[in-house]
Amino acid sequence: MEQATTGAIPRPAAERRLGVARPRWGERLIEASLFVAALISILVTAGIIFSLAGPTIEFFREVPAREFFFGTDWSPTFTPASFGVIPILVGTLAVTFWAMVFAIPLGLGAAIWLSEYASTKRRRVVKPVLEVLEGIPTVAYGFFGIVFVLPLLADIWELLPFLPGEPNLFGNVLAGGLILGIMIIPTVASISEDAMAAVPRGLREGAYGLGANKLQVSTRVVVPAALSGIVASFVLGFSRAIGETIVVLLVVGLIPNLTFDPLESAQTMTAFIASTGTGDIATGTITYKTIFAVGSLLFVITFLVNMVSIRLVRRYRQVYD
Amino acid sequence: MAFGRRAKDESPPQGETLLHSAALATREGEVRAPRAKQLAFKGFLLFSVLIGIATLITLIVIAFIDGLPRLNLDLFTEFPSSIPSNAGLQSAIVGSIYLMVGVAAVTLPLAVATAIYLEEYADPNRWWNRLIEVNIQNLAAVPSIVYGILGLAFIVRGPLSLGPVVLAGSLTLALLVLPTVILASREAIRAVPASIRQGAMALGATRWQTIRHQVLPASIPGIATGMILALSRAIGETAPLLLVGGLTFITFNPDFRPEDLFGFDSAFTALPLQIFDYLRRPQEEFRVLAAAGIIVLLIVLLAMNSIAIYIRNRYRKKLEQN
Repeated sequence: MEQATTGAIPRPAAERRLGVARPRWGERLIEASLFVAALISILVTAGIIFSLAGPTIEFFREVPAREFFFGTDWSPTFTPASFGVIPILVGTLAVTFWAMVFAIPLGLGAAIWLSEYASTKRRRVVKPVLEVLEGIPTVAYGFFGIVFVLPLLADIWELLPFLPGEPNLFGNVLAGGLILGIMIIPTVASISEDAMAAVPRGLREGAYGLGANKLQVSTRVVVPAALSGIVASFVLGFSRAIGETIVVLLVVGLIPNLTFDPLESAQTMTAFIASTGTGDIATGTITYKTIFAVGSLLFVITFLVNMVSIRLVRRYRQVYD
Repeated sequence: MAFGRRAKDESPPQGETLLHSAALATREGEVRAPRAKQLAFKGFLLFSVLIGIATLITLIVIAFIDGLPRLNLDLFTEFPSSIPSNAGLQSAIVGSIYLMVGVAAVTLPLAVATAIYLEEYADPNRWWNRLIEVNIQNLAAVPSIVYGILGLAFIVRGPLSLGPVVLAGSLTLALLVLPTVILASREAIRAVPASIRQGAMALGATRWQTIRHQVLPASIPGIATGMILALSRAIGETAPLLLVGGLTFITFNPDFRPEDLFGFDSAFTALPLQIFDYLRRPQEEFRVLAAAGIIVLLIVLLAMNSIAIYIRNRYRKKLEQN
């Protein structure tokens, strides 16, 4: 059989399969160099990990991990120094918590309005405004906090005497959380809105057909259907709030303070890094290594949070593709 | 999921269950939410949208009122100083311009090359290509201060050891915005219709010829928009520059001389960094100066955003005409 088939088809002298041209080395070279460019982003991650890891390992040679993770006294630049990260970790989480308290309802509200309620004309006005809001530099928000939000909080507490406590005028967690919350509204709103836009029209129409009204359609059909995308937007907002530096430096404070009172000032991890890492800090000192240890902790937290959000986004994409 | 008893292929799509729950909701008595509840909900939604807009307006108005006394030419002709009355922002503005040129020069080729690779060449089923993609998504959400640490340990000191100069600042900010520009460029390349590629290839063009002469020209507006938006993010970044060693009282501009790498090998300050420093000082005069600086920064940002939006809209119209 085999012989018969090969014998039946006359072959050209030079064996050449159809569809394969001569090798194009130039094309290969271009593809290879594009691949190398794409690898640079991997190198950036590797660079971040390596630059963090070295001094962090050295740090833990000098400071026991137990003192770092469970200590409640943070004074790394004093003598005697103390390296308990809990106060600045709590400071970071407190600011982020208040930011989410404001950003989740308001961001989701803005997303529902944009996706379900707004007319095309109003959407066309509001969306760019939110984009601009997203692009405002953090120093400007810091300025806004100093000259507007901090005095405003003091006024509110003076006007309403039944409110407990008294906000610290020179910086407090609540003011920082409020500003960060407003800062990340656009992030939460735009990603949530994308997720809501991906919900098929038929779902809404079906619900309306069954007699549901707009409120019911929004909260019981659209939001549940877009839930993983919405959660992803919260996660992304969270990771943005946790890494924010300048607003926190200017509005929350510089002194470590282990407290859950939002009216007091506190220091966050990012504020510590930025205020200690400036100037001519000598390489190899324990202070230098401390910056990297805190940086590693921050990087690990945001990395985990980001992986969660990437997973969630991928899952919601699969549902409606 | 919830339909344990049904055979797998019989289970309805998610939509049906949602409709089911909506139907249940209406059946269980609360046929229609009371009108007041609907109005309250709508009011809350409006509030959520308006608070952002109100913040934006308040911020701009306050900056203008506070900064007005110092919004004059001195701001551009004087250098930063510890004496508020003759302090300006010249070296900060020039420094920011230098930084942006550096960022654009480093980011654009890298981002476009990466985007072309991922969109036109990469096989998404290969693990290394998936790794590159996830890695880029992840980098996009790394806090800017971590890039500052990278800059300090890797670029200013360590392997590159450039010192606290403009080039080090540019590189740090370039790495910071790289993922954003890659994502924007990928979207722009993806938006080019497949028929254009097929047409070019049918006429005998090679892969690279197709990309070079068809895909890239068509995606330039999208890439440019992404690049401008990334620059407008980079120009406002403060935190990484604090670590990279941008100083504040720089009383000279970078020297445009070949032996100084055309100024890139010079100590520097930047506009947001200078504003941040002025904000931290207790004197009222410095706050005025900071407000004036913020207005300058916002105007620059507004101009960049307008250009980006203009390019985007023009491109959109062109697509509609086709």
